[in-house]
Amino acid sequence: MVIAITLVVFMLSRATGDPRYLYMSSYTRMTAEVWEAQGKAMGLDKPLIVQYLLWVKNAAQGDFGDSVHFRRNSLDLILKFLPATLQLSGISFLCALLIGIPLGVLSAVKRTSGWDYLGRSFALLGQAAPPFWIALILIWVFSVYLGWLPTSRKGDWTHYIMPVVTLGWLPAAGLLRLTRSSMLEVLDSEYVKLARAKGVSSTTIIWKHAFRNSLIAPLTYAAILLANFLTGTVVVETVFAWPGLGRLSVMAALNTDFPLITGLALIFSIIFLICSLVADILYALLDPRIRIS
Amino acid sequence: MVILSSKRTFWGQLRSLPILPVATIVFLLFVGIFAPLLSPYPPLDGDLDLRNIEPSWMSENGESPYFLGGDHIGRDVLTRIIYGTRVSLIVAGTVLFFGTFIGTLLGLISGYLGGVVDETIMRLVDFMYAIPFILVVLVSAVIWSPSLMLVIILLSIFTWPPFARQVRAETLSLKQMDYVSLAKVCGTSPIRICLRHILPGLFNTVLVLASLQVGSLVVTESVLSFLGVGIPAPAPSWGNMVAEGRNYMSSAWWISFFPGIAILLIVFSMNFLGDWLRDRLDPRLRQL
Repeated sequence: MVIAITLVVFMLSRATGDPRYLYMSSYTRMTAEVWEAQGKAMGLDKPLIVQYLLWVKNAAQGDFGDSVHFRRNSLDLILKFLPATLQLSGISFLCALLIGIPLGVLSAVKRTSGWDYLGRSFALLGQAAPPFWIALILIWVFSVYLGWLPTSRKGDWTHYIMPVVTLGWLPAAGLLRLTRSSMLEVLDSEYVKLARAKGVSSTTIIWKHAFRNSLIAPLTYAAILLANFLTGTVVVETVFAWPGLGRLSVMAALNTDFPLITGLALIFSIIFLICSLVADILYALLDPRIRIS
Repeated sequence: MVILSSKRTFWGQLRSLPILPVATIVFLLFVGIFAPLLSPYPPLDGDLDLRNIEPSWMSENGESPYFLGGDHIGRDVLTRIIYGTRVSLIVAGTVLFFGTFIGTLLGLISGYLGGVVDETIMRLVDFMYAIPFILVVLVSAVIWSPSLMLVIILLSIFTWPPFARQVRAETLSLKQMDYVSLAKVCGTSPIRICLRHILPGLFNTVLVLASLQVGSLVVTESVLSFLGVGIPAPAPSWGNMVAEGRNYMSSAWWISFFPGIAILLIVFSMNFLGDWLRDRLDPRLRQL
């Protein structure tokens, strides 16, 4: 899998044509000798497969080449921007879990009540509204109109509120709907009916019997969510001028910064693979049926 | 019981159709198709005197001719939203067509043949799931410069895997059916079995999946346009319009606000319809 990803990334990095153009500014006088020398320095005289292997070898050692735009080592840049993204997505993910799952349970338990409708409209809205638009509306209301929250950049906790809401709403909505439907299914099952007939208190039924069994679907979904988080962070970081990887990748793309963006693609893929691996392990831990088969 | 029996017939099912979402979608289709006839102003030419002018119903001196206001170079926001419907529908429709076609085909082949072919196709699907979509788009936008074509191609490439996965699972269970075995005994060719005996059984799954995808396709297209890597600038795409109005949020909120409402409306209705279809046709897909 990793090999396939590196191959795609490498091919993309060569698809623009000669990478020498990126490094040469238009001011330097381009003689044939300089051109050749630069090619040799970058290993372009070797066959493609050797170039690819060299590139993989360097990438494995954390060297994606210097960023064209920032004139710095790409990995250094990525590591510098990584914490901001991890913080933002971590907090958003946690909020999504903490809001989506309990609301889903509430919505299922008090079905067709005011809570249910509230929860479901929250979810429908979150799934339908484009994130960049939510972000702009939030800025408009809370920063421009009310003047309560700062519009952009990283800072104290007030800077986190709007990005987290924007980023977390969609996953919270998805989790809510999933938790709700799987809760409803479990609450309808025979063993819950038996527990009710036995006279078990409804709190115990909900949290001990039903909730634990209905958690599997939302948790599997959470892994898919993490992958979709990437698109979210790109948007949110662009709108809120958040100094993270999403914004870095947009800048890299707009500046034709290939070493940087290939490095980013690789890092993101690896993060994603780790996430799905963790999800698989979690899944097996929670559901004994998977382990047997 | 009365309700149940009325649901059995086709028309009975149709009666429970969610009216509002369907009406919205039909309306948007109509607007998209007849955009040139419906729009009061040209979508690309602005009147510089009407820059950032407020919507006509907000205007106190009655100077504004634009119902939903004018944008930063004096174009009618309503007209651009109408044309934007076209762009969104073209993208969603084309992508869905290719995505469903490729996904169903590969899923069918994978499920029916099994073995090495199955293994290869499923690895490919896993691989597609592991590639960060947004980065591929960013990189491609640099290489080929953004265009409608590029958006459609990229979205299609990333839309087929869920179809392939679901269709494969469905094919695997349909393959076990007695009527398929009987068809084999009769000496029916594999292609005919796939097309005549298995494909019709896949219809519900594909339809449900497709209807659930429309919403996210529309949002994704607008996200790409918003970031400047989707539909290129002067073209009226909803994502573009929101991006253009971004700098005028405090003085002219309508530039960004109304296109967002349009996106909200279409995605809302589509998701609603998708949910309804799923509950009717294929409740097992609830976990999607």
